[in-house]
This record gives sequence, structure tokens and C-alpha cells, in this order.
Amino acid sequence: MQEYLIIIISAVLINNIVLSQFLGICPFLGVSKKLSSSLGMGGAVSFVLVLSGAITWLVRQYILLPFDIGYMQTVAFILIIASLVQFVEMVMRKFTPPLYKALGIYLPLITTNCAVLGVAIINVQKDFSFGKAMTHSLAHAAGFTLALVLMSGIRERMEDADIPESMQGTPIALVIAALMSISFLGFSGLI
Amino acid sequence: MLIAVISLAVMGGLFGIILGIAGKRFAVEVDPRVEEILTFMPNANCGACGMAGCAAFVEAVVAGEVNPRLCAPGGAGLHEKIAAIMGTAASSYEERKVAQLLCQGGYEQSKMLYDYQGVRDCHLALATFKGPKACNYGCVRMGNCSRVCPFGAIQMGADGLPVINYYLCTGCNKCVMECPQQILRLVGVSHQVHVRCLNTDKGKDARLICSTACIKCKLCEKNCPEGAVHVVPSGNGSIAIIDYEKCTNCGICAAICPTKAIQKNDPIAEDIVLEVGKSQDSESGCQSCGVCKQL
Repeated sequence: MQEYLIIIISAVLINNIVLSQFLGICPFLGVSKKLSSSLGMGGAVSFVLVLSGAITWLVRQYILLPFDIGYMQTVAFILIIASLVQFVEMVMRKFTPPLYKALGIYLPLITTNCAVLGVAIINVQKDFSFGKAMTHSLAHAAGFTLALVLMSGIRERMEDADIPESMQGTPIALVIAALMSISFLGFSGLI
Repeated sequence: MLIAVISLAVMGGLFGIILGIAGKRFAVEVDPRVEEILTFMPNANCGACGMAGCAAFVEAVVAGEVNPRLCAPGGAGLHEKIAAIMGTAASSYEERKVAQLLCQGGYEQSKMLYDYQGVRDCHLALATFKGPKACNYGCVRMGNCSRVCPFGAIQMGADGLPVINYYLCTGCNKCVMECPQQILRLVGVSHQVHVRCLNTDKGKDARLICSTACIKCKLCEKNCPEGAVHVVPSGNGSIAIIDYEKCTNCGICAAICPTKAIQKNDPIAEDIVLEVGKSQDSESGCQSCGVCKQL
């Protein structure tokens, strides 16, 4: 039980996928302008991340390892993730058109979101059991959503702030991201 | 090697089948009118209409949010074709509106009170003793409208006044909202005669500070065959105002106006038809979206 707790805390706060491992920066900067769409993006990425975490683990354990083709891991994982993203896109377009429009290009871009592939590969590297791999994926998804929501909350407030013209938009977002990253460094003594 | 190929092919095939089924299950119905209109859109995706592309433009047109005349590459026939598909009369689409400047007080015409050396911003200049110009109703000439125009349709002319390119103007209303003097108005392109002065001061006072101000002589009112021009009370005084509904563009008032405050313009094309491309051979591939002119 304690191991699971440590995995969760480590993944959400200490090794936060965005702020400490710098994976998945693209949607972190792209979709963090509004709180509602960042929540939607967090949900979409979480869904893909957890599902791909489960499927990649199963595929590796029961297809790649028995056939001794572990070197095909990256190709197989990318195939799985791309299909999953396509699936999520279809479902979203059907059931939540406003969210589909708000996410725009960033929805298909989850395919190339290194956070998704990164978590799948970390699962492999740390040789997690299925339960731990799922916990780990879920925690990283939560960490991603947390970072995105925090960022969009700050950026919504920045809308009202008097920012010099040259710093408006992406520059100030990058400064905020850097400060958030530094502050998350403070969690490193937690475990 | 063979196992790797086979297992990946099987996985790919399996995912393909699942996605295919999901695509059928979760298919989204698109308005058939959108697809039909898209077949004859120019598909330049130039953005001259202000939308993200032809598809976004058509969706907005079908939803009734946007005037189909805004498509520059579509040319004259486009809105008629769209009207046929939408089942409405082509004339039911409101005519295109462009911004008109209701001031002619350039450097030569209007007197200055002082030399303004501050930041070139209309609001700031106006906050300094009601602006450097003697006339408190006219253009401040600091070019806020030119900067706010997303289509590059407003350039500051040699006389300090903004010059509006009616072929680039999409009637987005941004300059109208920005102008602190409210001298920019959106007017339908069919109207050629405009009272280009908003000074409500008495005739003598107005003329002292600007050579092309309305002096309330009422010559226009007396000579208009349609009764479309009237000098009406406004603010602390009065001003000549044209009733665009009655005006027939005859231009009698413009010809008779002693200070030339009333002007008759050259006609503006109904649809946005740019000089670029249309005059050249169609083999050049130019769709006359006008983006090159904005650049």
C-alpha cells in the first residue's frame, strides 16, 4: 500500500510530468488560456494516458516479450497511442462539440504528446506490475491536469494584469511556467 | 523478424477495424448545405473574410452569423449561389457596409491650437486640452483607426487624415468602436453622398476653424429634390444630416455645398472585388483575396 502511495505522490508532485520532467509542454502552453478548456484537455490527456498505459503494458507483456521483439516497443506504443487519440477525437466530436472546437489542433496533437509515450516508457523502465503501472499512469495524468489547471488559473488572472507589450502572450507564459517549475522543486524533499 | 512484422501488422489491422467501427458509430452529421456550398467556394483559405478559413466561413454563413458577400475571392456570383442553396433571396443579404470618415479637416483645412508633441494616440491627444485641433468634433489624426484595423484597410494620408480602402474594408466595426470622436460610421456601399462634417457649432464659428466645415446654410436642404438632407438640431447647435434611405445619390447637395462639406464619392463595388488578380489573367493562380495587399 505504501509503495502505491509513494508512486502517486512522486508522480503528481515530485516528478510532475510537465513541471519536473518537461514532457507534454505543447498543450501545457497551448491550451492553458481558459480554465474550462484546460480541464477538458486534462481530461482528454488523462483518458488517453491511462488507457494507453494499460494497453501498452498488456501489449508489451503478452505480445512483445513472448515473441522476443522488445525492440519494437517504441513503434508499437506509438501505434497504440495514435489509434487511441483518433478514438478520443471521434468520441469528443460526437458528444462534446464545444470542447472539440476549443481544443482545436491540440486534440490530434495528443498523438505526439511526449507525456503519453513518456509515461508508457517509464512504466517499462521501472518494470512495474500492472497495478503499479496503472497507478503510475493515473497519477501522472492527475499531475498533468494539475499543472494545466494551475497554469490556466494563473493565466486567466494575467488577462487583467498590465503586462508590457513585448512580454504579452507566450513570453509571460514561459516565465510563469519557469516559476511554477521552480516552486515544484520544493516538493523534492517530500519522500 | 517475421514475427515482428506479423504482430505489428495484426495490431495495426485490429486498431484499424476498431477505429472504422467507431467512426461509423460516432459519425457526426454535418449540415448538407455546408458541404454543398463548400464545393464552389474558392478554397483559397485566405482569411480575407475574417474567419479561419473557407470551412469556418461557410459554417458561419449557414448559421446566419456572417454576410456571404464578405468573401473577396468568391466575387460577385458567390452570394447568389449561396442564397440559392440557403433558400433565401440574394437581395435579403444586407449590402456590404464600409467605414466612412465624416471629417475632412486635414492640415490645410483646419486650424490648430498648439503643436502636439506627445504620444501618437487619439485618446491621449484628446485628453490634452481637448486635442491640438481647434475643431472639437473632427479627426484627431493620430491614427488609432489605422492601427486597430485588422485588414490594413486604413492608411494615414498625406493630409493627416485616415484614408479608407473600401475594397479591403470588411465592415468589422473595430475602427468605429476605437475612434474617440465617433467620426467613423459604417455605411452601405450603395450610398455615395455623405456629409463629411460633424461640427455642430454656429456657421461662423465652424468656418473660422475649418475651411470645409458645415456652416448650416441650409442650401442642401432647400435644393434636395427628395427631401433627404436636413439641418437638424444636434448637441448645442445643428448639423446637416443625410437620410440614406431617401438619398438617390443625385449629388445636387454636394455640388451646391459652399464649403464642400458634402461630398459625392465614386461608386463602390457591391461585392468585394479587388483590383489585384481580377485585372490579370486567371492563369496566374491569383484568387484576389487581397492578403498580398494587406502585407
